[in-house]
Amino acid sequence: MRKDYKLEKRKYVICGFVIAIALIYAIQLFDLQINDSSYKKSADSNAFLKKTIYPSRGLIKDRNGELVVFNQPAYDVMLIPRDVKEFDTVDFCHTLNISREQLEKRFADMKDKRLNPGYSTYTPQVLMTHLSATDYGRLQEKLYRFPGFYIQKRVLRQYNYGSAANVLGNIREVNASDIERDPYFSPGDYTGDLGVEKSYDEYLRGIKGAEILIRDANGRIQGRYEDGAEDVAPVAGRDLTLSIDINLQQYAESLMVGKRGAVVAIEPETGEILCLVTSPCYDPSLLVGRQRGKNYADLAKDPAKPLFDRSIQAAYPPGSTFKPTQGLILQQENIITLGTAYPCAHGYINGGLRVGCHTHGSPLTLLPALQTSCNAFFCWGFKAMIDRRQKYGSSANAFEVWKKHLVSMGYGYRLGVDLPGESRGFIPNEAFYNKWYGEGRWSANTIISVSIGQGEILATPLQIANLAATIANRGWFITPHVVKAIQDTVMPDDYYIKRVPTVDERYYSSVAEGMRMAVTGGTCRRAALPGIEVAGKTGTAQNPHGKDHSAFMGFAPYNDPRIAVAVYVENAGFGAVYGVPIGSLVMEKYLTGEISPGRKYMEEQMLSSSLYYK
Amino acid sequence: MPGSRINTSSLFKNLDWFTIILYVIMVLAGVVSIFAASYDFDQASIFSFDEFSGKQIRWILMAFFIGFVLLLFDTRMYETYAFPIYVLVTVILLITPFIAPDIKGSRSWLVFGPMSLQPAEFAKFATALALAKLFSQYGFSLNAKFSNYIRACVIILLPVCLILLQQETGSALTFLALFFVLYREGMSGLILFSVLFGVVVFVLGLKYSDTEIIGISEGKFWVFVLIMAVMSVMVIIKGNTPKRVRIAGNVIGFFAFGGAVLWILATLFSVEIPGLPIMLGMIGLATAYLLIEAIKERNYSLCIPAATALLSIVFLFSVNFAFEQLQPHQQLRIKVALGMEQDLRGAGYNVNQSKIAIGSGGLTGKGFLNGTQTKLKYVPEQHTDFIFCTIGEEEGFIGTMSVMALFLLLILRVINIAERQPTTFGRVYAYCVAAFFIFHFCINIGMVIGLCPVIGIPLPFFSYGGSSLWAFTILLFILLRIDAGRKNVLTY
Repeated sequence: MRKDYKLEKRKYVICGFVIAIALIYAIQLFDLQINDSSYKKSADSNAFLKKTIYPSRGLIKDRNGELVVFNQPAYDVMLIPRDVKEFDTVDFCHTLNISREQLEKRFADMKDKRLNPGYSTYTPQVLMTHLSATDYGRLQEKLYRFPGFYIQKRVLRQYNYGSAANVLGNIREVNASDIERDPYFSPGDYTGDLGVEKSYDEYLRGIKGAEILIRDANGRIQGRYEDGAEDVAPVAGRDLTLSIDINLQQYAESLMVGKRGAVVAIEPETGEILCLVTSPCYDPSLLVGRQRGKNYADLAKDPAKPLFDRSIQAAYPPGSTFKPTQGLILQQENIITLGTAYPCAHGYINGGLRVGCHTHGSPLTLLPALQTSCNAFFCWGFKAMIDRRQKYGSSANAFEVWKKHLVSMGYGYRLGVDLPGESRGFIPNEAFYNKWYGEGRWSANTIISVSIGQGEILATPLQIANLAATIANRGWFITPHVVKAIQDTVMPDDYYIKRVPTVDERYYSSVAEGMRMAVTGGTCRRAALPGIEVAGKTGTAQNPHGKDHSAFMGFAPYNDPRIAVAVYVENAGFGAVYGVPIGSLVMEKYLTGEISPGRKYMEEQMLSSSLYYK
Repeated sequence: MPGSRINTSSLFKNLDWFTIILYVIMVLAGVVSIFAASYDFDQASIFSFDEFSGKQIRWILMAFFIGFVLLLFDTRMYETYAFPIYVLVTVILLITPFIAPDIKGSRSWLVFGPMSLQPAEFAKFATALALAKLFSQYGFSLNAKFSNYIRACVIILLPVCLILLQQETGSALTFLALFFVLYREGMSGLILFSVLFGVVVFVLGLKYSDTEIIGISEGKFWVFVLIMAVMSVMVIIKGNTPKRVRIAGNVIGFFAFGGAVLWILATLFSVEIPGLPIMLGMIGLATAYLLIEAIKERNYSLCIPAATALLSIVFLFSVNFAFEQLQPHQQLRIKVALGMEQDLRGAGYNVNQSKIAIGSGGLTGKGFLNGTQTKLKYVPEQHTDFIFCTIGEEEGFIGTMSVMALFLLLILRVINIAERQPTTFGRVYAYCVAAFFIFHFCINIGMVIGLCPVIGIPLPFFSYGGSSLWAFTILLFILLRIDAGRKNVLTY
């Protein structure tokens, strides 16, 4: 047979075609199988239904072991959109006691990528949260009629005491930014909001478990993956023991009813916060369950700002509670000794400047100045330090030294309390005044009011209480904190280490003595308790918001301090009027467990008085 | 006659054992894949006759037997009875729709007791034999007479029509692969080129019809560019005299210059260009120029690029028109295959799930019987048409490459066998076998990995099913018998 050699070459075209196709397919397969990992995920989401098992959240107890926060079961209606078949919406709405419009709205919200960025037809979605036990029971019975729906057991918080909301915080569903921030979270999880629920969330929340089920193309569950070998059991959250004495907290809150301000009590030896009261406050159980959203909005809109934790977030002028720091710094810098006396002519009068003062003996030394809360003494002392050029070179340098002492005492920066949102207060520095007045154009008299805790100086009630604790310890403090212990965990070292300010111990002793004198025969006489030696310092802070703020800072017993306290009542007038009684009642209640008969009138007065705020 | 007695020892010596080993590897790999694809979590054994794998083993054993028997016949038997076999199969195809039960809308299965067979599959070897017989007639040359084309086309298209009547579009289309054989036997490469060019124009024109460049759809734009490129290449090929070189230079220069001007106007001066008239005009001008030169030269070979351009443009517009005439579900299938639609629940569901299955396999796969996509029935038809998925998911890139390599080796080997045949009959038959393997390989794997429209045809030797296995076994073993006898041809 004749062979056509010209045509035989065409085998190369045919072979070339086959090889070219094979090459294209190989490239596509490489792309599918090796380059692009999304197919793996799709296959897993097809085949595995990962059911989350939520751990129980850690309980919260007070320092005496009283249970404060515990868990209650709640039920969420969940669904996997692609598994949902046609269902009887009338029956469904009836079972859950909702209207058809509400159901449609919920479905629309769920599918809205802006409201629910985690939406996917493959993954469980939350339809309704916090079903009541009765609704849960009804739905559970009929669940077989609604394919694709299931009920997820959740944990809600319940509170034994309607107080300490600012310390405890609450829990809320995670939002998009939480999920972004922490890979642990997935949509529908809960996280702490405010308080220790937020700052100790990682301990409280435990570790989610998972149950992996195998699902076929029709959505039927075929069994457990690897017989449950890959399932992960949830790890329960750790319990917290607060340093708060819940009874003292409740008592202090009741004293603050009708007033705005804060009460902070610290155990000086440990830095443990015994009560941390902000007023007005709210019942933490308002922020639980389905009503949370509405109640939260109401609280946020309230002009009295109950969500604002005045005890750590408000920066107030400390007023005369600041004077002990001046006594400490002036002694440390050798500006004064206990024998140094300054005149007070009903105030500080110098260079056309007058800072008023009230009637008391003159001239006077440090201890009587603390006892009587003399403005003039501290103004003179401040001027002597700031304008002492031969020692510091310039007023600015002197001021920086002054500022550094204050910072070492915990002013001007966050103390580091274990709660979110702490304010740092404010202590100006050299640069601040240079900017304000011009470099070299300010001196002691320009800024004289800072010496008596006015002017630019701002401090949180926690910082003021911390000063009281430091003086009680005669020269050291431990970072104040509200959590005493975490179950099966050691607290961070920060809450054990003594922080020592740059002022010597002996100067603290003299300041403490001055504060003791204020109680025995000065501005704080109402703080005197029967059988307990109290030391204290009043504060009356001028402010642009109206009447003076009433403040008190003190500790007791004088020689073996067990409680240091700061009280700050907004627009309540003299320190002695509200600050001293409330502070002393808190101390007395904590130390003796009751109020002595001679002081009952004072308690009555405080419990019943309320101030009017615009 | 010496050839009529079967010399078993020389037969087995001359058998192409390489192909037989490939064949055995493929059917065994196939049965393992079928076992994996149909494996249920509570399934007992690969050999259980209740399962697809067990049934397939029965089919394979019978296929081995059939193959062995086919080797015992004399080569000339196949040549002699080629037409009778073709006629017989055609008659069976003809009556099948009338006696076959309705299975999922298709009347293509003949039931013999426990077995069901698809005559359409057996039409493959019959048609191949008939085509080989036609070409081997004394003095037959495809290009000698036009009627020879018609005879070849009738042999190919008769089973196509009959199978279409059984609603088995996929099986019917496989016979179009035989045009490869016609190409090898002398059909103008231009026809093959036109078909491929037509497919490219079709795909480009449809796929990129949603975005616009200079006022026309991106698809049309690129088709126009392609036509200009093809014209340029064609005039260059014809550039065998100085005058022709000048003509080629003029055409290419005109396109290059026109394109540059358009590009500058559109990008630098943001001029709105009426793309359709301008591009059509450019092609029209070039065509007219070529025609004028052809008339002046009295040599009409220059008409070919001109005609190609005109026909391409007519084709482009008629494709759009024809596409509009298709049923919506057919349009959808084509659009899904071209990646224009993501109808993941409907037509695209199979392909998407099959891509997920293959893609999730990674380099080494999830391991035998560990595929979740296939085990949990996400991929439909996984033991038949979508068997490649199971391999991709459980054996990964290594597995898919191995299967591709097996097919590539087999196809190239068959082409090699074809070219070493001393007879036209043997060569044409061998090319028919190669063509069927090429078509099944390209279309089946192409659809599973989302590169071709979903045409339900099996992957030879891997997909579950007796008809397909037997049909390809018969195709291959007749070839092996013919090949084994090739040394005897010159002895008489």
